[in-house]
Amino acid sequence: MSTFTDPYASSQETTEGRVYSVTGGDWDALVTEIGATKEERVVLNMGPQHPSTHGVLRLILELEGETITETRCGIGYLHTGIEKNTEFRNWTQGVTFVTRMDYLSPIFNETAYCLGVEKLLGITNDVTERATVIRVMMMEFNRISSHMVALGTGALELGALSPMIFAFREREKVLDIFELLSGLRMNMAYIRPGGLAQDLPDDALSKIKATVKDLRHSFKDNEKLLVGNSIFMKRTQGIGYLDLAGCTTLGITGPVLRATGLAWDLRKAQPYCGYENYEFDIPTTDSCDVYGRFLIRMQELEQSLRIIEQCVLKLEKLEGQPVMVADKKIAWPSQLSVGADGMGNSLNHIREIMGESMEALIHHFKLVTEGFRVPAGQVYTAIESPRGELGAHLVSDGGTRPYRVHFRDPSFNNLQSTAAMCEGGQISDVIAAVASIDPVMGGVDR
Amino acid sequence: MSEKGMFGIQGSGDTSGFGGLVNTTATIGSTERPFGGYFDQVADDLERAYPLFSDAIEKVVVDRGELTLFVKRDRLFDVAKILRDQLRFEMCISVSGVHYPSEIGRELHSVYSLLSITRNQRIRLEVCVSEKDPHLPSLVEVWAGTNWHERETYDMFGIIFDNHPGLTRILMPDDWSGFPQRKDYPLGGIEIEYKGATIPAPSERRSYK
Repeated sequence: MSTFTDPYASSQETTEGRVYSVTGGDWDALVTEIGATKEERVVLNMGPQHPSTHGVLRLILELEGETITETRCGIGYLHTGIEKNTEFRNWTQGVTFVTRMDYLSPIFNETAYCLGVEKLLGITNDVTERATVIRVMMMEFNRISSHMVALGTGALELGALSPMIFAFREREKVLDIFELLSGLRMNMAYIRPGGLAQDLPDDALSKIKATVKDLRHSFKDNEKLLVGNSIFMKRTQGIGYLDLAGCTTLGITGPVLRATGLAWDLRKAQPYCGYENYEFDIPTTDSCDVYGRFLIRMQELEQSLRIIEQCVLKLEKLEGQPVMVADKKIAWPSQLSVGADGMGNSLNHIREIMGESMEALIHHFKLVTEGFRVPAGQVYTAIESPRGELGAHLVSDGGTRPYRVHFRDPSFNNLQSTAAMCEGGQISDVIAAVASIDPVMGGVDR
Repeated sequence: MSEKGMFGIQGSGDTSGFGGLVNTTATIGSTERPFGGYFDQVADDLERAYPLFSDAIEKVVVDRGELTLFVKRDRLFDVAKILRDQLRFEMCISVSGVHYPSEIGRELHSVYSLLSITRNQRIRLEVCVSEKDPHLPSLVEVWAGTNWHERETYDMFGIIFDNHPGLTRILMPDDWSGFPQRKDYPLGGIEIEYKGATIPAPSERRSYK
């Protein structure tokens, strides 16, 4: 029956019936052929290269007209074997790998991993307060930069271009802070088992204060554009509905869960990194929809700024405290500093170990080439990332390399709710629903 | 079991320290009561709710402030259901696999992290199966969210979750052979084939080894 020779549009007989593959080609000829059959069912592949599917996510939609009868996700296009790779590097090098998983929240990946390694080593209480406060500050900055992408691209996918411009403008300011503190804008490997790669540069606190003030002012631009915007509300209200029962059985955490009215945030419920010592609120809504999730993210920006301000006050008092544990058998030996070309070894430190201290050289050599030994056992450490519960399941066999590193990435888990949110809706609602889950494929596929 | 070296480094000439590195696996023995914290309460509640407790739980390990219940695989489904319905562990947060080739007859471990929002508690279940018979009951019926986690554990370790609604590979290509996270599976070492052309494995691309 097929009269096609077009490689981009053809049909073939299968056990399921006649299947038409359309990836381009002569549309008229195809419509004529499809018109001759009575089948109405269309299976549409959206992605993995579709701009509105948040990275390399493939959505398989079964349609009846514009209505979706069934949805499934195809993932794995960004699988890079990070978990396997860490088993072949020492515990400190692992930070460099895990930071690349969920690339929008590198600081969270590093912190979850380092908290796990510290728990395995039994040095959780030895990490200095200054290091912990800087970790919290970096995490909250990272929450802002991540939410900015969620809000900006989310709105962009619904056809609103301006919010994206504003969101990326704010994100840039946060990335500048990251660059100032760690030398890198993403994938910093700044948080290390035992503390941090380096202390704050001299002018950091004043710049952070200025940025916080600036951000608080300019967040209003996006708020004015989106909150209460009738077009935006029509596209998002009542869309992607998922209630509390759905969230618990699917293991959904983060803004999607908080949009059901449950104020579940690990920073409050199971505090880590001293979050119990900060004052902040957990925004919730009970609309269970895309709009509610957007509102929560927007309100969380202000809460993050509040935490950062408290961090700055604490850091002013903690001036001069070290940022790495005192134990030289664990503390990463190199003394890094930020130069014109990014983070690198401090020349003073190289001068010391090469010319003055034989012991320092030995420690440096042993730790860098072999790494420290971690007592056998397993831990699971969970933190509240911008997308929900980010957990690190670490297993040690007593060696210098991890025996197993598994990341429970919130994007991976939350993406399972796509079918529950989208089935029965329209194609255009799929875009809104997926954007509200805010999946990052680097984290999903790892 | 022992693992040696990196990137196939053998003999002398390697000053990195990795060449002579030998890994041996260690396991942690079971813990006696009192477990401390809320762990005693969880164990008590589970014993009360599940008469077959002593038969279902192989051992209890409390280590670094975390509770692990080693469950027999035949009882896993029942235990999971009771934990959800009566002990209020509403969420199965994650399923992860670990491969211990040295533990003969129980090489593959499946590790479940459970979270109770009501009680604000966490526990961990661990189930051991052998490489020859890597079957486990699927918990998708108990917590729908374990669906993808179990698919990932199957994909990476080859643990087969019986009664899973669609146990297929999730991260690796559908036609992939082997289970990449097993310890006997190499890092790199696999030739890449794309549209008829073959690219050598990453570990073979360098002139030095």
